Amino acid sequence: MLSIEIKVEALHAWYGNDEVLHGIDLAIEPRSVTAIIGPSGCGKSTFIRCLNRLHETNPGARVAGHVWVGGEDVYRMDPIDVRRTIGMVFQRPNPFPTMSIFDNVALGLKFAGVKDRRRLRARVEESLAMAALWDEVKDRLHQPAMSLSGGQQQRLCIARALAVEPRVLLMDEPTSALDPISTMRIEELVQNLKQTYTIVIVTHNMQQAARIADQTAFFLDGHLIEVGPTSKVFTKPDDKRTEDYVSGRFG
Amino acid sequence: MKRRSDRVLDGWLWFAALLALALFMAFFIMLGTESRASVLRFGWRFVVTSVWDPVHSVFGALPFLYGTAVTSLFALVFGGLVGVCTAVFLVYFVRGWFRSWLGGAIELLAAIPSVVYGLWGLFVLAPWLQHTLEPWLGRWLGFLPLFQGVPYGVGYLAAGLILSVMILPTVTALSRDVLLAVPRDIHEGALALGATTQEMITHVALPYARSGIISALMLGLGRAVGETIAVTMVIGNRPEISASLFAPGYTMASVIANEFTEATTHVYLSALYEVGLLLFLLTVAFYVVARLFIRGIAKTEGNV
Ligand SMILES: Nc1ncnc2c1ncn2[C@@H]1O[C@H](COP(=O)(O)OP(=O)(O)O)[C@@H](O)[C@H]1O
Ligand SMILES: [Mg+2]
Repeated sequence: MLSIEIKVEALHAWYGNDEVLHGIDLAIEPRSVTAIIGPSGCGKSTFIRCLNRLHETNPGARVAGHVWVGGEDVYRMDPIDVRRTIGMVFQRPNPFPTMSIFDNVALGLKFAGVKDRRRLRARVEESLAMAALWDEVKDRLHQPAMSLSGGQQQRLCIARALAVEPRVLLMDEPTSALDPISTMRIEELVQNLKQTYTIVIVTHNMQQAARIADQTAFFLDGHLIEVGPTSKVFTKPDDKRTEDYVSGRFG
Repeated sequence: MKRRSDRVLDGWLWFAALLALALFMAFFIMLGTESRASVLRFGWRFVVTSVWDPVHSVFGALPFLYGTAVTSLFALVFGGLVGVCTAVFLVYFVRGWFRSWLGGAIELLAAIPSVVYGLWGLFVLAPWLQHTLEPWLGRWLGFLPLFQGVPYGVGYLAAGLILSVMILPTVTALSRDVLLAVPRDIHEGALALGATTQEMITHVALPYARSGIISALMLGLGRAVGETIAVTMVIGNRPEISASLFAPGYTMASVIANEFTEATTHVYLSALYEVGLLLFLLTVAFYVVARLFIRGIAKTEGNV
């Protein structure tokens, strides 16, 4: 029996009166990459934002169902602890523009109450190294985060998320705003990070999903149509709609 | 090639911009020439001495500079703090109809005429200060020179409080708009790291909005420095410098308003013009400092 890191059961989500997720069930193994694919507006972002309880910060947004991470019921935990356990990287790189590179990475640690400067520094270096950014920024840690290129900014956001030592990393189309070379570097990074973290990545790029994901889930109109090993979903899908989507017939 | 209508519009815009510049220069020159007699006669003594004696034609404006500085800095600190906190409250802690209702009510404060503030200050605020707040402050904080002496009611404290209320709508409305413009993904970036709402506000949103908030505060300060009638009614109009906030004082704007009609001699009138010139320069200086500050911030953020 394989162990389960994330388990989602009968997850529903609403914006006001609009139900946009209609009962999602999904299990994710530890230290794996799960790709969420589907046409835009099908609820991919909403789904991963329910995992770290960011969805409920939208005015009028509501969730029902269960999410367990590492055996703990996310909706019975303090949301602050949930978000420390489950890091997130957004579609558009969003470093804090008023802060230096160093401060961006250290901020989560400060929220977590780390005050010791030596520990902060060590952890910042470790995180930047894990995000494959250390060599590029080690001589300019105190320069503004906005002086980095788009791809570097996105890796900075990854470092920032890793600094608080989460178990899970959520990525919402992390390369959609990046050039091909930066995209490739992030994909390599994801491959390395999965040795330590469980990764859920939303992507609208099916080649990307095929390249990096162990498991792929196809969403359509707020329903999980099909989930399985990536090679199976792309080559021998069970559902006609999955086949149509992955062969590029719609979306 | 520009079209004809564009050229006409360009012309008008240039004209309007140059007109503003010309008016600015005209004011400056007028104040400069009118205050010449006083400048020549008193020199630096005008701004560093405190005797204001029209009978003997001796004029030192330090008490007015001091009064303007104390009352407007008081308003900047007190009104500014309350204004920014109110803006944070409006943006992060209330929603929907209550937010717009409360925001509207605060903006309405800006529509109340100064003279009404003055009346309220004189007949409601000052007696309350004299009989309640000032004795209380004197009892508990009387070890500080700021809170020593006889409670007069009218004085620096009354003027500072009135000014705080008067700059509140400006500071609140502008800070609120600036905070509402902080992008959602910046807020979410902080939340996703495990920030509480309070940490998100203090570590991320306020720093992001700081140049806008500083402009809001500078606009408020500008209003406080120039405010005339309400201050004149509650400050006590006594040209003296006192460390105590309870004491009556005088401001630059008030002395001009009060004494213009009585200025019978040439040098007296010229001295009042010089006070006006100083007030003008002071406002310009605030404006320039605020601009430099904002530019400096933009530079460190690498997004000039
Ligand atoms: N803040 C919001 N308020 C209201 N509706 C929203 C909001 N965000 C997304 N939606 C709606 O929820 C549905 C799912 O959106 P989303 O999860 O962003 O899809 P995806 O990430 O797959 O493109 C869409 O129909 C979208 O219009
Ligand atoms: Mg999305």
